[in-house]
Amino acid sequence: MAHGGRSRVSGPAIDARALTRRFGTFTAVDGISFQVERGEVFGFLGANGAGKTTAMRMLIGLLAPSSGSATVAGYDVASQAEQVRRRIGYMSQRFSLYEDLTVRENITLFGGIYGLSNRDIAERTGQILSRIGLQRAARELVREIPLGWKQQLAFCVALLHRPAVVFLDEPTGGVDPITRRRFWELIYEAGAEGTSVLVTTHYLDEAEYCNRISIMVDGAIAAMGTPSDVRRGLGAATLDEVFLRLTRPGAAV
Amino acid sequence: MSQGLAVEARGLQRRFGDTMALDDVSFDVAPGELFGVIGPDGAGKTTLFRILVTLLLPDAGSARVLERDVVRDLWELRRRIGYMPGRFSLYPDLSVAENLGFYAALFDTTVAAARETIAPIWRQLEPFAGRRAGALSGGMKQKLALCCALVHRPEILLLDEPTTGVDAVSRREFWDLLGRLRAQGLPIVVSTPYMDEADLCDRVTLMQRGKLLVTDRPAEIGRRYPRPLLAVRGGSILGLLGILRRFPHAAAVWPFGAALHYTDARAGAAPEGVAAELRAYVASAGLGGVSVEPIAAGIEDAFMWHMAEEAA
Repeated sequence: MAHGGRSRVSGPAIDARALTRRFGTFTAVDGISFQVERGEVFGFLGANGAGKTTAMRMLIGLLAPSSGSATVAGYDVASQAEQVRRRIGYMSQRFSLYEDLTVRENITLFGGIYGLSNRDIAERTGQILSRIGLQRAARELVREIPLGWKQQLAFCVALLHRPAVVFLDEPTGGVDPITRRRFWELIYEAGAEGTSVLVTTHYLDEAEYCNRISIMVDGAIAAMGTPSDVRRGLGAATLDEVFLRLTRPGAAV
Repeated sequence: MSQGLAVEARGLQRRFGDTMALDDVSFDVAPGELFGVIGPDGAGKTTLFRILVTLLLPDAGSARVLERDVVRDLWELRRRIGYMPGRFSLYPDLSVAENLGFYAALFDTTVAAARETIAPIWRQLEPFAGRRAGALSGGMKQKLALCCALVHRPEILLLDEPTTGVDAVSRREFWDLLGRLRAQGLPIVVSTPYMDEADLCDRVTLMQRGKLLVTDRPAEIGRRYPRPLLAVRGGSILGLLGILRRFPHAAAVWPFGAALHYTDARAGAAPEGVAAELRAYVASAGLGGVSVEPIAAGIEDAFMWHMAEEAA
């Protein structure tokens, strides 16, 4: 089935065990282990080049691990990548909407790709448009709508087939502070409906909105827990301070 | 007429089709000032920068940079301006040192002649001198671009979103470098979508949809927040958000990291009194362990207030 199925088992939505990826002599992801529960909003943080993107590419079945393993929605990312891809949504900063199609056509196209019935597509299109207030813009080309709307639309499209897990790679870059917060309200809602969310961001205030976060440094997870646990664990007042200490141990705070 | 302003923009207007990219934009940048243009994508920041660096003509209005007109005196200005465009525009197949040498040659100078100007940045780049620019991390690319923008020893720097997409720590390092350049007396105009960077500027303007919402020192912008503002902490953010938005006097409620910022609709109400009311209201809604404290507004609070006002 291309849709409808969430997790195969009642276990964690993401379960990474000593997940590792080497490129030649360089270890981009160095034995990371973590779990994301159903409906959890998990912030996946780290400096540029820390290994976040490589880890994410393994979790969505686009890159084979060098060693270790991971399951997503109960399926192994290496041996059952196709099963994994049917149960996840993915949105990157360069989101994959078609600029030359209208808002409605984009939703229809992705619904078709995900194998949804026409009835489901019609129903979900209505839900999406009313949720993000885009009814009046349904016939506009995606190219013509503001960035903040594109981001919200891309997120809803990534959820169209009701995936078990949605991966968001810096979803809120560049938008105004109000739109950024509206986007996070969409994330919360998805979590409340049982979708697990793994999200990367450079805005550390957004990391505070996550149920739990991990911070990657040089391919390994240097800290993990609820935002307040992570702050307490390092005796830091803010996540900014945590981030600075972990990623630049020599730097003065 | 004011003497010696680094930038003097008067009624700048620029339209692209139906979009008013710049709508009557006026501001000054004083000599030696670090001036921030803060706004999201699509605010018009890049259009403004392209006009200031003589790459785009305004439809109306005028701008002077270093007391020269950006339309009439473009050839003179281009030699005296350092510009870092928002998109990484160096040669990815050339090494760090080769890129720098190339830009120096374009301006008929040498890297050696600029040694003193670029010293603080070059110190961080030097270990990577032989590396291809395309193989640098995001933060290092931006430092190289800054270095190239400085190599002809310009009299003003215009940096269009130099820290976008760069991680929090690299962003901080980049701003440290800007602080050092400012200390040398170099005026700098820098744009950013990151509100937290506003506090690192001498003065800022908040920009949205082609308009300047407010221009002032960052602390002053916070001080001029027109309503009582309170931080509310504790419990589930989503639950608290819904409850606070239903409070009859709520003007705006937004998540801010681990807290919610609540703006009361009543101008001039005593913040302590509003806090007491809000505590009672939250308690009557059955939520315990919630703290409510008056706070000073930051740039992001102010931006959101002005945005909402502009839209109304």
